[in-house]
Amino acid sequence: MSARVTLAVAGRVLRQVRRDHRTLAMLLVVPCVLMSLLWWMFDGLPGAMFDRFGPALLAMFPFIVMFLVTSVTTLRERSSGTLERLLAMPMGKLDFLLGYALAFGLLAALQSALAVAVSVGLLGLDVNGPVWLLGVVAVVDAVLGTALGLLVSAFATTEFQAVQFMPAFVLPQILLCGLFVPRDAMPDVLGAVSDLLPLSYAVDAMQELVGRADQGEVWRSVGVVAGFAVVSLALGAATLRRRTP
Amino acid sequence: MSAPVVAVRDLVVVRGGVEVLPGISLDVAPGVTGLLGPSGCGKTTLMRALVGAQRVRSGTVEVLGEPAGSAGLRTRVGYVTQAASVYDDLTVAENLAFFARVLGVDRASAEEAVAAVGLHDTREKVVGRLSGGQRSRVSLAVALLGSPDLLVLDEPTVGLDPVLRRDLWALFHRIADGGAAVLVSSHVMDEAERCDRLLLMREGRIIADGAPEEIRRSTGARDVEEAFLRLVEGPGDAA
Repeated sequence: MSARVTLAVAGRVLRQVRRDHRTLAMLLVVPCVLMSLLWWMFDGLPGAMFDRFGPALLAMFPFIVMFLVTSVTTLRERSSGTLERLLAMPMGKLDFLLGYALAFGLLAALQSALAVAVSVGLLGLDVNGPVWLLGVVAVVDAVLGTALGLLVSAFATTEFQAVQFMPAFVLPQILLCGLFVPRDAMPDVLGAVSDLLPLSYAVDAMQELVGRADQGEVWRSVGVVAGFAVVSLALGAATLRRRTP
Repeated sequence: MSAPVVAVRDLVVVRGGVEVLPGISLDVAPGVTGLLGPSGCGKTTLMRALVGAQRVRSGTVEVLGEPAGSAGLRTRVGYVTQAASVYDDLTVAENLAFFARVLGVDRASAEEAVAAVGLHDTREKVVGRLSGGQRSRVSLAVALLGSPDLLVLDEPTVGLDPVLRRDLWALFHRIADGGAAVLVSSHVMDEAERCDRLLLMREGRIIADGAPEEIRRSTGARDVEEAFLRLVEGPGDAA
């Protein structure tokens, strides 16, 4: 592992994203627009609905977006031969993975900073905990999305397939994360499944920050999400092979 | 003759249940060596084995005195795949700068590599907007970074115009004159005359090995294409 190579990979990924103006604009603007839409939809309804659904959405954006972006870009690296070339150079697998995680973690930080600023500043989302902690949750969440995206890209041979992993891997997590039905009110089996899905903990962390704001609870959930991210990165590393059949 | 740069012994590679290389042995010496054979004869698989990207069933592949794919070889072997393995959404200069950083090579070397393949004027262009020939030269420039001791080039001249092809072959010889070994594959037999040495390959086996002139003389053929036919079909049918 070398910091030079990791930073080279991260810098290159960010440069590629920066060159793609449309992707960059969508990454930054779409979450803000969706948060506004959510707020508008609940505006005038009784109960603090925006405060209930808003945090979960803030947890989902970085996860979904980074999952999609990473699975497609790494698939492209695999199919264009650049990955094979890099692995024939003095590049550790961890350099590659951490480079990606670093680049997309930074992007997620930027994305979340905007979305949180709009939600809290303009739309009046009530956050009882420290606002910066929302950003930490978002970044860890994005790294998880990146790690899972890297992992599934090994099982896709086309970009069509890679995109199909999104409904397969991400939608069940959205359904079971506690947004629609509180996790302890679900049927036992689904509750148990929900306990095994990383997005549940990311949403827990966000909701805790907005609600009771017990920081210990927040960090515990963040720790679980980070654990999932580390395991996915390790599994992703196992799919990067210098020698292929 | 000095010690071979590449020594392959009884290499067996199976891909998708098919024995692509059924036990091949060969040496590559310094200079420009042409690996010639029809499409699908196993050239790419052999080259992937040399750079350590190919899973092999048995046999040994030694490069510069070390087993192929060893960590110590990763800065000493340059490899160009058939498809240009570069980033389409970056400029020529950005691609070179990135790979130079991964290799730990300075920027001056990146500039040299761009100049060597004749892309100095297009260095600020995004690779995706270049022609196929230009893209493959960007890929070649990446392989030249850090002046490797062995260059493995998989069909680097396919689809290029004759002037460019001549220039690239001149470049290969300049690199070889600097002491490196250059292994170039091609399915176009008329490139044979530009090589110091030839390895003729068919169905995963080496059917001839020597200087172009030697191979022509020993088969009594006028050119390497005819020599290839005589080796495959016997002297009677080819004339």
